[in-house]
Amino acid sequence: MRIPTRFKAATAALLLAGSLAACGDAGSDDEGSDVEAEEVEEGKFEEGSKMAELAEAGKITVGVKYDQPGLGFKGATDELPSGFDVEIAKLLVADLGIDPEDTSAVDYKMTISDNREPFLQSGEVDLVLASYSMTPERQQVVGQTGPYMVTGQQLLVKKGSDITGVEDLKGKEVCSVTGSTSLENVEAEGAKPRGFETYSECRDQVLDGTVDAMTTDGSILLGYAALNPDELEVVGEEFSEERIGVGYPKENPEMCEWINGVIEESIENGDWAAAFESTLGKSGAETPEPPALDECPAA
Amino acid sequence: MQDIWENYDLFLKAFGLTLGLLVVSGVLSLLLGIFLAALRVGPVSLLRRLAAVYVTVARNTPLVVVFIFFATVGPRLGYTFNSVEQLDIGGYHVSGYFFRSCLALTLYTSAFVCEALRSGINAVPLGQAEAARAIGLTFAGSMRQVILPQALRAAVPPLASVQIALAKNTSVAAAFGMLEATARMKFFINRNADDMVLVFVIFALGYVLIVEVISFGANRFERRFAAAR
Repeated sequence: MRIPTRFKAATAALLLAGSLAACGDAGSDDEGSDVEAEEVEEGKFEEGSKMAELAEAGKITVGVKYDQPGLGFKGATDELPSGFDVEIAKLLVADLGIDPEDTSAVDYKMTISDNREPFLQSGEVDLVLASYSMTPERQQVVGQTGPYMVTGQQLLVKKGSDITGVEDLKGKEVCSVTGSTSLENVEAEGAKPRGFETYSECRDQVLDGTVDAMTTDGSILLGYAALNPDELEVVGEEFSEERIGVGYPKENPEMCEWINGVIEESIENGDWAAAFESTLGKSGAETPEPPALDECPAA
Repeated sequence: MQDIWENYDLFLKAFGLTLGLLVVSGVLSLLLGIFLAALRVGPVSLLRRLAAVYVTVARNTPLVVVFIFFATVGPRLGYTFNSVEQLDIGGYHVSGYFFRSCLALTLYTSAFVCEALRSGINAVPLGQAEAARAIGLTFAGSMRQVILPQALRAAVPPLASVQIALAKNTSVAAAFGMLEATARMKFFINRNADDMVLVFVIFALGYVLIVEVISFGANRFERRFAAAR
């Protein structure tokens, strides 16, 4: 049977239009800002440094979290994780001349709170940006610099709960992830700590009414409250100070100055604020003053 | 290291909770296991089959899945068991979390207790059961007075293994809101990134100690009450 040419042409045009429309759809829910890879000039990084090595290889592994909306989050169907941590990671990756959106060059590896130091020590990841609080104990075994964000612990409760702040926690059940500093802090306030593997499980316990409140950094809680605005709310003042920084291997102290440099530049040229607005800012939080960075230890 | 010395009360409390889970679920699973074993060798075929189905399901389900059911799925269906917190046992309030954890551990472990006991019952010579019937004992009577006492003795080594497994399985509760030894270990590791290995070793030793006590007890028990044949 002969198919009229006109009909064939029309079909082809329809199919083409359909596939183009599909492309448009896939791109439209893209979160975060577009960060372009920078050209790396000869001699930008000192020879033999980790940065030169990574730029040369064109490959990098970054440890991020997958279960913290707004900071580091990856849904089941997402190709790239999104969030403020990830945006800062993208700036660092781009500075090495690597395309941060190219998943064959950048491996955004999932880290949980427990394995961040081991991953850095074993070389499993090159950088960690995973709501990583800077503490003196951690700095004994890994390098940490920043902070690129200062946040504090708050409480997430069901709307209408009688808990309005940290002083109401005595005898109440409060969840967070197992072994976290946040859980330790509420235990000191007299709450019964309930640890779960992930933040989302803990959030579900709040929704189910088996725990009275969830606690961790306010920025993470705001992300969850934004997902469930009818049922959940963040209450009380921040009652701890967490300085969120970048983790790097201790045997590569030269990375510290580079990381600080990239963050400082992003604060000056507005990339830092843009990163905040496209992630945490979406839940209604105002863009804060950028924090002052720590000095790097003398290498 | 210093951190653990200074907070030894937290360390002890965590292992206390581990022991609490072990003892409560250990005793309950032993009772439920004996009951299940009796059903499985009993004369009523419907009960025999129901018990067999229960044991098969419980043995083939990973403990974590059982925990997920009681800690995550149950509350969504409305079974939070929070009402147990109203119960006052000598001034102590059982938490809903403890109750849910014990429930998961008991239902899981009792299937293994049942099978260990069944192996013990099979070790009792058939003549014993026939003799019990011959002197006019009912099924319940012959189980209680003739079969189970001998079966329990024969089943001491596998039963000890089941309890040892239970002791270690309590650590699964760490991921579901119980601040027992494994969960507390994660606290110390989080706080002492520079002393991770040592923290790990100290907590591992705690478990080794618990398991050694169980196997020592089982050993003694076996020697004292070994069925002479």
